Amino acid sequence: MSKLRPTGEATPRTDPLVPGADALSGRLRRAPENFLTPEEIGQVGKGRRDFLRASFLAAAGATAAATLGGRGAVAADTAGDPDILKPTPWGSSLGQPVAANPYGLPSKHERGLVRRQSPGLTQVAAASVSFAPLQGLFGIITPSGLHFERHHQGWQDIDPTRHRLMINGSRPEFVKTPRVYTMDDIMRLPPVSRMHFIECGANTGMEWGNVAVPTVQYTHGMLSCSEFTGVPLRTLLEYCGADLKAAKFILAEGGDGSSMTRTIPIELVMSGEVMVAYGQNGEMLRPENGYPLRLVVPGVQGVSWVKWLRRIEVGDRPYAAKDEAVHYIDLMPDGQHRQYTSIQECKSVITSPSGGQQLLDKGFFTISGLAWSGRGAIKRVDVSVDGGINWTEATLQTPVLSKCLTRFTLPWNWDGRPALLQSRAMDETGFVQPAYGQLRAVRGTRSIYHNNAIQTWQVAESGDVNNVQIL
Amino acid sequence: MLAWTAPVLADGPSTVGRPATPAEVKAWDIDVGPDFSGLPKGSGTVSRGMEIWEEKCASCHGTFGESNSVFNPLVGGTTAEDIKTGHVAALKRTDFPARTTFMKVASVSTLYDYIRRAMPWNAPKSLSDDDVYAVLAYLLNLAEIVPDDFTLTDATIRDVQQRMPNRNGMTTAHALWPGPDFPGMAAKPDTANAVCMTNCKPKAELASQLPEHARGAHGNIAEQNRVFGPVRGQRTGPDSAAAEAPSPALALAEKSGCLSCHAVDTRIVGPSYSEIAARYRGKNNADALVSKVKAGGEGSWGAVPMPPQDELSIDDAKTLVAWILSGAPQK
Repeated sequence: MSKLRPTGEATPRTDPLVPGADALSGRLRRAPENFLTPEEIGQVGKGRRDFLRASFLAAAGATAAATLGGRGAVAADTAGDPDILKPTPWGSSLGQPVAANPYGLPSKHERGLVRRQSPGLTQVAAASVSFAPLQGLFGIITPSGLHFERHHQGWQDIDPTRHRLMINGSRPEFVKTPRVYTMDDIMRLPPVSRMHFIECGANTGMEWGNVAVPTVQYTHGMLSCSEFTGVPLRTLLEYCGADLKAAKFILAEGGDGSSMTRTIPIELVMSGEVMVAYGQNGEMLRPENGYPLRLVVPGVQGVSWVKWLRRIEVGDRPYAAKDEAVHYIDLMPDGQHRQYTSIQECKSVITSPSGGQQLLDKGFFTISGLAWSGRGAIKRVDVSVDGGINWTEATLQTPVLSKCLTRFTLPWNWDGRPALLQSRAMDETGFVQPAYGQLRAVRGTRSIYHNNAIQTWQVAESGDVNNVQIL
Repeated sequence: MLAWTAPVLADGPSTVGRPATPAEVKAWDIDVGPDFSGLPKGSGTVSRGMEIWEEKCASCHGTFGESNSVFNPLVGGTTAEDIKTGHVAALKRTDFPARTTFMKVASVSTLYDYIRRAMPWNAPKSLSDDDVYAVLAYLLNLAEIVPDDFTLTDATIRDVQQRMPNRNGMTTAHALWPGPDFPGMAAKPDTANAVCMTNCKPKAELASQLPEHARGAHGNIAEQNRVFGPVRGQRTGPDSAAAEAPSPALALAEKSGCLSCHAVDTRIVGPSYSEIAARYRGKNNADALVSKVKAGGEGSWGAVPMPPQDELSIDDAKTLVAWILSGAPQK
């Protein structure tokens, strides 16, 4: 539990990334009466404006908690904000030339928002996961460089001119003439582009039993959403003359060291949704996401979206590959494992404000978060600020697409009292995201995968937001 | 090439790509299914497997498959009774600490397939088919499924399947599997919630909170959030910013406006600092450069003159020149 800061106690807050700066310097706060001594006023009178600025900011920092609700009004006894009154370095010098960063990078001020590992989660970094920083993202598209990573044998940057995709059958009659495609070949075929979420089956898996991690990056960050471009697998199989009536399943196999394999039911392929993708958000896939070719299986957990895809085998029975028989299985209270659990059921999470954050002030906020369902489009999202006693329907930002992240928002006036924030999503099938108590009543607490329970963030009087669970 | 001898097809997308040769299919079609389709002929003994194991596997998995330092343990948690029933009893226990591979895996084909395609971890696909039989025989022996003198072959592996401790431990009767040939196709989702909107319960009770020891386990969360906007990250650890602080000389160059025209490695208006350092390396003319920085100059690097730096102190100019000649380090 966090060490709560009593309201009104002086709490210096400094910018964590710029030593010595004040995180609140972007906000001017009303100065308390008489915060300058007569001596100091004399110094100001002699033109020591730097002194004034320093004193003013120190006072603002020291009284941050006391001025909750201060709305950042400019103090009557100062001329105004130095960042307005004085020339800024960027407004009074020559900037960088074009193409100084030929690829382009985020601002250096955004360097806190990066993929991060959860310490101790895995023993070795090449078979590990890094989480997307959901706490700072907007809209529904995940920047490709922040897309979560999960590798089983390290990532490779495969030479696309040497990459091949083979399509064959487990028996000759399933694909009479096995075929080989180069990237040149695949990129000649008519493409489709679609936006879909991808979620690791283990997302939120650390919290089946109890709260374990502090922020939404670590609770829900094995989740990303991109526009993918590629060729529907069904079309490719038809080009190959595959017997799609005899076929019941396909096996997808990666070209990396682990040659990861996953069984995909033919229904998903026949729906046209499964895609052999090379494009992501307008560029080629990133190496960490399977460059130059990966499978996209909308609605289904990420492990089925085989990266570095090198082979599709058409077959008539599931394959019980290692990750279908040892890892991505769900342990039920009766000791049975559910096998081939794949669909990511309807789920949502508030990303701002969220765990590990602190609210800057009392007053107006916008609660914002993400909702998604592996069974189709999000129909509605409700938000509670009292731990699920009362709910309000949130606004869904467009677009609202099938098997894609949907951003929801709700205006909220924080009165400074403790609050318990929750979101509850419903998809187009009418399925409503369960509470922890409802999920555990059926599946117990010893699973790792497919935890889609309602998340709760506790807002303390201090403004601190912390991860808690409500049944 | 096969493609050249293939029958001529009408132009269209189905002509893109080419037929795979039988050797190509054989090279890549290495999967082994639960019905043992795809299983190569071959054999391996437990004792041969132990030799390979100690050489190539034990460093990650432990001599007895028990290690938990790199990967989860492979062996342990199963009993002779489990081999009879095909259900691992320990999976029902909430107090049992670990879940090993042999507690979970239902099909022996899964192990053959995976060892063959992905092991050893740092040199995948380097084992021969017989090596894979041998290593798997050793593992099965460690798990007390086969005796010490066992020889695993493409024939005897079928008998082993009947002794896999968790062979009956898997179910497909659930709604998270979209395949048509399983009961799950008809199953409904096993959880449900209602869209209640007001007074849905008498009160909200916390069932779990983040343990104090876990608060700082993920570093300083203040640094994992944006430093502007409606929220900040909580401070849960020391700043790493100090270690990344830019060099004071770099800050001086920025403050003095030098970086408008010069960059470390890129020519902007003036030459890059790397170019300057390279030109003057080994020449004892720092003082001349200090004067030039102060007074400005033209002609040395192109047509654009460098303006004089009247407000720069001599000491600061010396600092800047020393920094430039040392390669303009960023930190």
